[in-house]
Amino acid sequence: MVDEVVLLDLWASMFGMRVRIALAEKGVKYEYMEDDWRNKSDLLLKMNPLHKKVPVLIHNGKPVCESLIIVQYIDEVWKDKSPLLPSDPYQRAQARFWADFVDNKVYGVSRRVWATKGEEQEAAKQEFFEIFKILEGELGDKPYFGGETFGFVDIALVTFYSWFYVYETFGKFSIEAECPTIIAWAKRCMQKESVAKTLPDQKKVLESLLSS
Amino acid sequence: MAKNDDVKVLGAWPSPFVMRARIALNLKSIDYEFLEETIGSKSQLLLQSNPVHKKVPVLIHGDKPICESLIIVQYIDEVWTSAPSILPSDPYDRAIQRFWAAYVDDKLFASMRQIKSLEGEEKKAMVEQATEGIVLLEEAFEKCSKGKPFFGGDRIGYLDIAFGSILGWLRATEKMGEVKLLDEAKTPRLVKWAGRFCADGAVKDCMPETDKLIELAKVLMAKMKGAPPKQ
Repeated sequence: MVDEVVLLDLWASMFGMRVRIALAEKGVKYEYMEDDWRNKSDLLLKMNPLHKKVPVLIHNGKPVCESLIIVQYIDEVWKDKSPLLPSDPYQRAQARFWADFVDNKVYGVSRRVWATKGEEQEAAKQEFFEIFKILEGELGDKPYFGGETFGFVDIALVTFYSWFYVYETFGKFSIEAECPTIIAWAKRCMQKESVAKTLPDQKKVLESLLSS
Repeated sequence: MAKNDDVKVLGAWPSPFVMRARIALNLKSIDYEFLEETIGSKSQLLLQSNPVHKKVPVLIHGDKPICESLIIVQYIDEVWTSAPSILPSDPYDRAIQRFWAAYVDDKLFASMRQIKSLEGEEKKAMVEQATEGIVLLEEAFEKCSKGKPFFGGDRIGYLDIAFGSILGWLRATEKMGEVKLLDEAKTPRLVKWAGRFCADGAVKDCMPETDKLIELAKVLMAKMKGAPPKQ
């Protein structure tokens, strides 16, 4: 049976981008369906009734939701090529830990950097750099969070790079000035075809946010 | 890898998250040392082993710390590969169990915990939110268990551990809040499942007593109310 893979997504979603990178790494052919955040499709509401959010991967009619769960699913189904998680259980636990850290910390604080003002925004900016400094510490002088190879944590975090111009514009700061190692790492990831072809241009993301 | 390397669990008796690590080790028949943290303070060992979050549980295997309860459970399943398997082998079934476990952690537990300190309309809304979620878990149970006693099938699995570990606090909330969250009428399968889960050999020694949790909750709530304003 030929695999039928459909991805319900939004082009600027950093969560959806994770799935697109994973599918590209594995060379999986899929149908991309752009949803409308102002008017959620019937298909989305049917496939993700609990959260009603993208991304949703529909594999042979069966939906998988939550981006990091989808990425692990992709890694386990298409396991013969480009492993995204390490094979050693301790390294896998570390990868899951840091991907979970990105999910719990980076999204929330980033949102507050561009969506709030005044004191709240100042506090968010400070927290933003604290969190990224922790990530820089974890990266160290490795080329990728996964070590020599691009992997799960890199996928979890690099998609936020497409939103950096948004954070810098609203927050009036330079991420490179505070966290040069993170920028160097992001640019290294962008050399990979799967990342370069997936991440939208940073200015396009800002334009779309301003016009919405 | 050496089988029974030194295994420690840093934890606290009331924590459902700590319970998860202990249940998983019990399922695999792994001996471990339980190092109990004093409630209200954090030991040097905890701060060293989990510098990022400074929270229990931490599994210390040999000299390696592993943090975050569901990550610990998966680690245990991957290191000690003897039966029973905690996660199912099929990738789709794994994804479904991970999805519902994440729901328990991100939404259900948080809304449940708030109930006891709320009143009136706010309380009613929170109770509705929690019960809606539990009804969805009843449907998930039907699909995952496929007629067997647990989400994991014949034996306790990942989602049983994730959801079952909050049963102590669920019952405490029901008593303190005078509400019904696990309802015979709405979620009959889960009511029976809960009984089986709590009676399981891997669970019963680490499930805290409801009345002890209520006592603790009252002490903590009183402390918060009586705390002097910050200078």
